Amino acid sequence: MDATRPGLTPSGEPSSWTLRLRRLVDRELPMDHLLPERQPYFVGSWVYVFGVITIAALVWIVISGVVLAFMGPQWWHDAGVGRFVNGLHFWSVQLFFIFMVLHLWGQYFMAGWRHGRAATWMIGVVIFGTSILTAFTGYLSQQNFDAQFIAINAKDAMNGGGIGAFFNVLNFGQMYGLHIMLLPVLVTFLVVWHIVMVRMRGVVKPIDPEGVSKP
Amino acid sequence: MKQTTQDEYYRGVRMIRYDLIKELAIALAAVGVVALGATVFLSSPDVPPVTIATWSHDDPVDFVATATGELAGTTTSAGYGQPYNSTADAAQSWGPISPQAWFGVRIPIDSAKTFVIEPLQREAVESQDLTAALSTWQSAGADQQTAWTDAYSKALENAQPSDGTVTVPNGDYGPLPVMMANLLAMGQSGALDGLFQINGSFYQTDYTPALLFIGDGAYLDGLANTWNLHGDQWGMMNETGQYPGQTWLWLYTMWYQVFPFTSDSGFLGLNGGNADLGVIIVMTVLTIALALVPLIPILRDIPRWVPIHRVIWREYYASRKAKV
Repeated sequence: MDATRPGLTPSGEPSSWTLRLRRLVDRELPMDHLLPERQPYFVGSWVYVFGVITIAALVWIVISGVVLAFMGPQWWHDAGVGRFVNGLHFWSVQLFFIFMVLHLWGQYFMAGWRHGRAATWMIGVVIFGTSILTAFTGYLSQQNFDAQFIAINAKDAMNGGGIGAFFNVLNFGQMYGLHIMLLPVLVTFLVVWHIVMVRMRGVVKPIDPEGVSKP
Repeated sequence: MKQTTQDEYYRGVRMIRYDLIKELAIALAAVGVVALGATVFLSSPDVPPVTIATWSHDDPVDFVATATGELAGTTTSAGYGQPYNSTADAAQSWGPISPQAWFGVRIPIDSAKTFVIEPLQREAVESQDLTAALSTWQSAGADQQTAWTDAYSKALENAQPSDGTVTVPNGDYGPLPVMMANLLAMGQSGALDGLFQINGSFYQTDYTPALLFIGDGAYLDGLANTWNLHGDQWGMMNETGQYPGQTWLWLYTMWYQVFPFTSDSGFLGLNGGNADLGVIIVMTVLTIALALVPLIPILRDIPRWVPIHRVIWREYYASRKAKV
């Protein structure tokens, strides 16, 4: 390689930030790792399905949520189609959490954090917590009896922890804004990050009888 | 551990063909069918909210008792402390830890003024009797006001509604019967719903005053009991109409049902009086512990000791055994 060419360091490495980033992506996440057509034979277990069906439920949540957000808060109470889409959103959320908890327990008993995958596990836990917060703001944004009762009771927990001074569960505007914009964007970003890390490292090997479950 | 490439990591492992995108497409279709099926056959919960109009119409005695309590300063919101007001010793604390007090009064609510006096002042424009009653109330001393609210609150315990009004036995209640009759009429007409919501501006999305006022009464709480939504009914996990609620919060709501958060004396300073703060602290610690499982001995070793992984990867272990 000609180290004297423009854009290359004397050692032959690219000096441009853009080229460095492209090299990094090529090295850490080549396309055959991001979209592999071959996997280790031990991924045949049903446990591996929990992750992908969690993503599928999230997709349905986002699709139904975008429609609800576009049509506005009155629509899901007054229009038959609105109530239907609201129901689809509700059940997609229920399925999302069922699948995510199954995925979490599955990864726990597989010790999925082994061999350099601890950060992937930790991001997964952050996704779980952020999803709970997102769903919570959704329940507060329903504009029905449940939303009222949850808000009136949840304010005590929020205020007791000092969170209520900034996160007012009685303020529909604040909860709705967080629910339809900031938190979904955060969950989606974290899920993409989680998936990228899984694809970068690949799935973890089975626990060997003599092996350890340390990270 | 030194990071290896995927090729190095899987060296010697038999690889099989696997179509990730096809799997995702099938998952999308399957989950969609289940979600759509649940929607079609089970629908979703949407019980209309309680309004001040429905509350004051359905339970006028509770409405008047709550409004009297706002004047007396005996309701939950009146003595809440931060972030609504600065009631002394109301904020929850655990030793020196009291985040509720640290952030101060950020959402100021004067219960008597916001929920009773200001709405009546608007109504008084058209009523000389109400104007006089308000004047009497505001010019009275604190002891006199307390004597009136005490006597009226006691009388309300045995009051009976009649045609949407509340009648109590004769007594020295000062201007309260006139004030409360007018406030009740405003509530039943729906005027209070609008007043609390508009709150001085045209566009509003903040329901804090109205929800605090409704929450101070017993009406909404009674309805919640019939829907099994109370904390001691594990209400966090239910929604109206036998629908599932936030079932993923089972651990959070469980702490409210167990010692020390059910006890007055408690343990290590955690008790029923600071249960909200205590449960937040416990759940924060547990969530951090869950994230750090890969670094915590015993917790990270349990998967090796519990042979569930042998079921998950049974073909792998069977093939290893066959090789041996």
